[in-house]
Formats: sequence, C-alpha cells, structure tokens
Amino acid sequence: MAIIEEPLALTSGEAATAERPLGGLTRPQGGNGWRDWLSTVDHKKIGIMYGVSAMFFFVVGGIEALLIRWQLAAPEGQLLSAEVYNQVFTMHGVTMVFLFIMPLAAAFANYLIPLQIGARDVAFPRLNALSFWIWISGAIFLNSSWIVGGGGADCGWFCYSPNSGLAFSPSHGVDFYAIGLQIAGIASLLGAVNLIVTVLNMRAPGMSLFRMPILTWMLLVTQFLLLFALPVITVALFLLMFDRLFDAQFFNPATGGDPLLWQHLFWIFGHPEVYIIILPSFGIISEIIPTFSRKPIFGYSFMVFSGIAIGFMGWGVWAHHMFVSGIGPFSVAAFSLSTMFIAVPTGVKILNWLATMWGGKLLFSTPMLFAVGAVAMFTIGGLSGVTHALAPADTQQTDTYYIVAHFHYVIFGGGVLGLMGGLYFWWPKIFGHMLNETWGKVHFWIMLIGFNLTFGPMHVLGLQGMSRRIDTYSPGFGFELWNMVATIGAFIIALSVLVFFYNVWRSRRDAPNLPAPGPDPWDARSLEWMIPSPTPEHNFDEVPLVESEDEWWHRKYGYDENKRVVRIATIEEVAQDGSAEGVHLPAPSFWPLVLALGLPLIGYGLIFNLWLCVLGGALTGLALYSWALEPVDDPDADHGHDDHHDDDDGGDDDAAEPEAVTSGAEGGE
Amino acid sequence: MTDTVTETHLEHDEDHGAHEHPSDWVYIKIALILALFTGIEVLTYFESALPFFENNSVTIATLMFLMVVKFYLVATWFMHLRFDNPIFGRMFVAGLVLATAVYCIFLSAFEFWA
Amino acid sequence: MATATIDSPDTHDDHDEHHATSTGISNTKLAMWTFLGSECLLFGGLISTYLLYKTRRGPGPDNTAIPTDIFDIPFTSVSSFVLLMSSLTMVLALSALTRGDNAATRAWLLSTAMLGSVFIGGQVYEFTGFIREGVGFTHNPASSAFFTLTGFHGVHVSLGILMLMSLYVASKQGKLTPKHTETVEIVGLYWHFVDVVWIFIFTVIYLIPVD
Repeated sequence: MAIIEEPLALTSGEAATAERPLGGLTRPQGGNGWRDWLSTVDHKKIGIMYGVSAMFFFVVGGIEALLIRWQLAAPEGQLLSAEVYNQVFTMHGVTMVFLFIMPLAAAFANYLIPLQIGARDVAFPRLNALSFWIWISGAIFLNSSWIVGGGGADCGWFCYSPNSGLAFSPSHGVDFYAIGLQIAGIASLLGAVNLIVTVLNMRAPGMSLFRMPILTWMLLVTQFLLLFALPVITVALFLLMFDRLFDAQFFNPATGGDPLLWQHLFWIFGHPEVYIIILPSFGIISEIIPTFSRKPIFGYSFMVFSGIAIGFMGWGVWAHHMFVSGIGPFSVAAFSLSTMFIAVPTGVKILNWLATMWGGKLLFSTPMLFAVGAVAMFTIGGLSGVTHALAPADTQQTDTYYIVAHFHYVIFGGGVLGLMGGLYFWWPKIFGHMLNETWGKVHFWIMLIGFNLTFGPMHVLGLQGMSRRIDTYSPGFGFELWNMVATIGAFIIALSVLVFFYNVWRSRRDAPNLPAPGPDPWDARSLEWMIPSPTPEHNFDEVPLVESEDEWWHRKYGYDENKRVVRIATIEEVAQDGSAEGVHLPAPSFWPLVLALGLPLIGYGLIFNLWLCVLGGALTGLALYSWALEPVDDPDADHGHDDHHDDDDGGDDDAAEPEAVTSGAEGGE
Repeated sequence: MTDTVTETHLEHDEDHGAHEHPSDWVYIKIALILALFTGIEVLTYFESALPFFENNSVTIATLMFLMVVKFYLVATWFMHLRFDNPIFGRMFVAGLVLATAVYCIFLSAFEFWA
Repeated sequence: MATATIDSPDTHDDHDEHHATSTGISNTKLAMWTFLGSECLLFGGLISTYLLYKTRRGPGPDNTAIPTDIFDIPFTSVSSFVLLMSSLTMVLALSALTRGDNAATRAWLLSTAMLGSVFIGGQVYEFTGFIREGVGFTHNPASSAFFTLTGFHGVHVSLGILMLMSLYVASKQGKLTPKHTETVEIVGLYWHFVDVVWIFIFTVIYLIPVD
C-alpha cells in the first residue's frame, strides 16, 4: 500500500542532489547533526535510535519498579495510594514489555540483520525509519497520559475487562493504553514486514537460509510472530477503545458482553509475545557462546528448528494464562498438555548451548558472563514455568508472587541479561570502542546478585500466598522478611544499571587512549566482524561471497592434515578496510517522521476532540502522498529499472534485487 | 518517459520472471463462474427453491464449499498465485492457515460449535 | 477448471531459489503478500468476534434487535456481486496496462473504483437502515460486532478506492506506463484480498442461517 518503499535504490554518495523533474519534491541530503538523525534511513542509525530510546524507557520502567518495591518493602506502605499503585505497576509492565525489551530487540534486529546477511541496508529503508518514528511517537503518546490523561493506565498490562471498563477505570489512562499500543503495534508490524522481506530477499550471494547466523534466524522467527500476533491485539484494542470511547458493547456482562473474549484475544497475542521477547535473546546467546567457547554452535539445524518450533507452538498454548478464568475442563486439559510440550524445544536449546561449551576453550569475557547467566536464569524460570503448566498447581499459584517470580526469571533473567550481553558484544562494532571489561564484570555480578535477591524471594512469597497487584499487606503473614530482601535486591539492580551507564561514559572517555578494537575484537564468526568498527556507512566495501556457515570464521581458520584447526589468515588480511567510495546509498527523507507525527494527533483526537483526528489524518495523508512523490534520487544510476516511479499510491517500483556489488573499490582480500 | 526507458524496463521485467498472465477472455470466464456460484449461494437463501436446501446442514455444507471455491478462484487466478513464485502463496497461506486454526480453537473454547 | 488452454505460465524457476543471493522475486510484492498474511489474522479476529456474539441481544426493552433479524439478503447479494465483479475489472486494468493500452487501463481502473464505491454506498445504505430499525452500534454485542466487522472491511475498501483513484490520476498525467505494471498489480492484490474477505463474510455472516 501507500507506505511501501522502493527497493533499495542506491544513489552515489557525492551527488544526491539532482532533482528529478517528474517528482516535484526533492529529498534532503543527509547533512549533519540533528537533521541527519531526523531524516536518516540508515538501518544502523535507526538501530542506535531504537537502542537509546529503549534504554531511556528502561530507566522509566525501572523507576516505576523501584516505586513498587519501596511501597512493598514493609507492611502498610504509604508511599503510593492504591490508585497510583495500580497505575505504576501497570505502566511498569507496559513500559518494560513494549517500550524497553521489544525496541531493544528491534535495535539489534535493525543493526545486525543486514550486516549478518551481507546486505547494504534493509529492503525498505524509508519504511524502516517510519517504524522507528511511529514507535517512538506511540511511546511518548502512551506516557503522556501521566500528564494529560489523568494518570497512567491502571488495569494491569493485560488490562482485563471489566477492570478496563469505564466503571472501574474512569480516567483516560486505559484510552491511552489502547491507542498508544495500537500505534506502537503499527510500528512493529511495518518493521516485521520489512525485516522478513530483508532476510528473504537481501542475502549476499551464497548466504542460503541455512548458512544464516542463528541470531538472524531467531530474529526472523520473531518477526513472523510479530506479523501474525499484532493483528490479534489490534482487534482486541480496537474493541476496548470502541467500548470506552464510543459506547460499544463488547465486554460489559450487563448487556451480554463477555470479558473472556478480551482474555482470549489478549493471550492469543500475549503468548507469542512472550517468545517475541525471548527469541532475540536466544539468538544473541547463540552468537556469544560459540565465540567465547572457540567452537561452532552445537547442532545448528536443531537450534534453527527448535526456534521455529517454539514460534509455531507458541500459538497453541495461550489459554494456560486463563486456567482459573472458567474456560472449562477440556480447554484446561488441552492447553495444559500443549504447554508441557513447548518445554521440549526450549530444552533442546539449553542442551545445545551446554554442548557448545562442553570441551570448548571457555573465555569468560563480559558478553559470555551475561550469556551464561541468561541461560542459567532462564532455566530456573523455565522450570518454574513447567510447574504451572500443571493446571492444579497453577490454580494454587495463579495471581500470586510465584507467577511474578516466574516471568521475571524468564523475561529479565533470560531476556534482559541476554540483551545486555549483546550490548557488550556488539558495542565495539557499533561505536568503535570496547566497553571496559572490569566494569562490565562488576555490572554483571551486581546485576545477577540483585536480580536473584529481588525475584528469588518472590517464589517463597507466592507460595506463602501473597497476591500480585496488591498495593500493601498487613503485618503478621510472614511476608515482611522476603519483601524487604526483594526491595533491597531491586535497588541493587538499579545500582548495576548505574554501573552500566558509568561504564558507557567511562569507556567512551578512555577510548582515544586505547588501541582501536579493529574489525574483530572477539575473534568471532559471522559477517559483521569482517568490516571495520564502527561499521562504515556503506557496510560492506564489497558484498562477500558466502561459502559456509560461520563464513567469517572460515576465512580466518582452516584445518591441517590432521584435521586440527589452524589459523590460515590474520584478521587484517581478510577483513575489509571500509575504503569503498561512491557506494550508492538510499537518500534520507523527512516524510517518515512527518507521517509518524500524524498518528498521536489522531490518538489525542479520538480521546479529546474529533477535529484533531482530521488534522492528524490530513498530516498523515500529506506525508503519504509526499512520500510517494518524493524522487528516488539516483540520476546517475542507469540500471533501467530504478528509474523511479512517481505514481501516487506509493506502491512501488519494479522488482529488482538490489545491486549487490556496487563498489568500485577494492575490498579485503 | 522515453521509449528506451520503457523498453529497457520491459526487458528487465521479463528477466525477473514477470509471468505472462492469461488473456482477458480467461478472466471473464473465471468471473462468470464466480457469478454462477454466487447465484447458487443466493439461491439457498430462498429455501423453497430447491427442496434439499430445507436441510440446514446441507445448506451450510453447500455454502462453505462454494465459498472455498470462490476464494480459491480469486486467489489463484485474479491474484496470480497460479503463475507466480510459490513464496508469495506460502506467505499468504501461512497467515490463512494460522488464522483458521487459532480462531477455530478460540471458538471451540467458547463451545461455539455445540 | 474448464479453462486449461491458457498460455503456459512463465516459470522462471531457474532464477529462483538456486541462487542464494535472493529469491529473485520483487521486494514490494513480497511485502504486500506478507502484509496480506497478517491481515488474515485481523479479519479472522473480527469475524470470530462477530460469530461469538451474533445472537447476543441486549437485555431490553429497546436494544434486543440484532443484525440477523433484519438482514436484507437480496440487497446484500447485489452489492456482494458488485464487489466480486470489481475484481474482474481490476485484472482487466492490469491486463490493459501490460499491453500498454492506457485508455483501457484508465477505463478499467475507474470502473473498479466505481464498483467499489457502489459497494460502499450500499453499505452506508444498509447501516442507516439498520440504525433506523433500532440496530445501532451501541445497542448490543451483536450489533457492535457487526458494525465493527463490516466497518473495518468498508474502511479497507475505501482505502482501496483511494489507491485506485491515485493510479487513475497518475495515468491521466501520463505517469503510469507499462513499467509500472507491478504497482498496479500490487494495488490489485490488495483489492482482490478485500474481495475474498467479503466472499467469506457474505457466506459466513449473511447466508449461513442462524437458528
């Protein structure tokens, strides 16, 4: 439709100016400073913007977590009123899931997928920029409810009806939730389409699907989950919005509505969402562990297929979130069984990581510590998860802190630790300098200790019967000790995050005095390590010809006559030097930003005044048509097909694989 | 737009397997079949027209069958899945099959079929 | 079907899949099909919601009427037929553009948009009739679900009409040439998808009798 982009039309670096007579509009020229960032279509800059924004919301969600823990540190906490407490835990969940982990995973996906498959950029660069801007406008919209909406949403991140109805949630918080998540969802959907096409269509010569790094594979599965899960939550959010803003009758039992409808739709999305959160981390772990074990991943195809199996089976287990909702014994039994089965592919992954490390020359650098920590913590969370696959046990555990403990071990332990490891691992590739190892290790150990102090005791609290989502508790139930421990743990996690930020600052400060990390500081295995650090704007001087899985490693190492691994080339000999000139890159554009600005206007309009919708819609429409009319700016290129179209629907130009090799300069070898 | 550009482009199209589409007459024939099937569908509404449509399950079976055939004809002929690279069809069928499976389970959980 | 004598489809499989460089297929078209796969889940959710709610009347006294009580099948049959035939005019537009026949392309694009507009007009007429007869959006779960489902579909059709008219204007300005076949094809894919969704809705929502 109208937002579809031309296939990577490549302009020569020096002359992005020439105005196309047919288009009527011109495209901006990169420039520098803020303009550059606002109009960029470079997947690397977009990835960095995702990452920075995600870390910002990590802090926001973290502060909300600290408020929760401060309130619960001792019985009869007075810090927050019950109303505000509800808002804080709701926004903590929403922020951490939709505004921290998902965008941080998107940061890795944007930055690394094109590099790992040997591409210049994603399939639709402007669409990629649009995804980011829509996501950030949705994120800001969602949080603006604190200021203009009479407080945050207060219905829990799952927002069950009737709590989400006007009767129990009269402020605008839930409206902001419904519309904000829809906006963010559009961003993820567009991103999913873009990245799926990128992985399928933009691979370097020789990069068959089964030579792709596991990270790319897991991110691909994640994009498919997003592609198919987001429409389901979109339906649910629309129904909720219609109920609240336009008096529809979907979830009100008094008029025949069924609150279970919301629960089903939410969890049909919500369970794949769990894998959307965890699979990118699994991919990162699968890159880190082989690198620091000096061995290839054990059972590559098992890793790939177990990832696909997780993605697939994730669609058949949603009702295990609803065992006590009254869905009937047959449903409970069926979903209980399917839930136990899904532990199998997950177990395969854990065993393969262990087998990869087995007999390897282990090197416990910071990324490896985080990866191994994530595997260990995820295993704990996975085991507690199997305990509530059993419906009778779940009936006891549900809505207690045991559940809170479980999903934090999975999401924080498995997801966030893995993503942190990824930050340490790819930091030199992204920014051109390493993060300090000593402070990295300090960060890891403080975070690991704080994490276990926070969430370990919650298992006990849950089994003692402490409910989730209560704003305080009375003394004398035996909850005091473990709540205090958990609160201390939460502040230790906060300290570890401060250590991380200090490390970022300090490493940047020290970087000029340290030797540059070079293309491949970890002696790693995949293609992104064959190009200079930081990644040059054009990625590869020359698109590599891929001949095997772990291509980059095989360019450095071979086997002698005794089948022993021997070094056959130094990094300097086989790496590219980033010196290519005149590489065609897509030109920047402001229209993605403008288009994205229209959506929150429509959102405010739906809540406050429908005229704002007209304004927002007009802005969006204007941006769409300008986007379609904007020239594809490669007057010099004469490939025939990239003579741009300028038809109004913005649907686009012909087929065309990207010109794979456009560089005239010498690459590495 | 000069002729040369157009020509270059057409060549390029062929290079990339831009499938030859059937003639207009074939499309019209497909449309006639679709129209005929729609006619039969509407006929079931006037139950008295044919005696066996008085039976509800026969009606439903007939309607579902005709619907699937119409869906299939539009997807394969008008949307060119018949002539195109199978990857396109796989993408679509993935969504279609997943949607069917998930929502059938969903409706079963509400004991919809009972 | 009876029409097996068409030109054999051009199978450029030798371009596909054996090369690992890429699949050899168009990015944009792949993106559209991927998006349509996603749309299946969207309409599936809306249709399932309606099916679940189709007999849920309000507690009364003035909100008990539901859409199935007052469906006007002959009328909807006609508008469904109109939408179905717009798929034919859509492929004919594409076919004309492939031949380089710009006048015919415009004529078929315009007829497709017109047929779509007739369908939308019919829907507006149906909606106002429903509201007059006491089946409003806010009355009960059945009517809320009905208006949401058909409204979503209507919005999709309307967006399609906008795209078709944009193509028409582009063609009028001489900017739509045979090298843009794929653009028209992609708009066509969207259009046909909206049509097949209606094929489903017409049968499952309108024609299958409710006990």
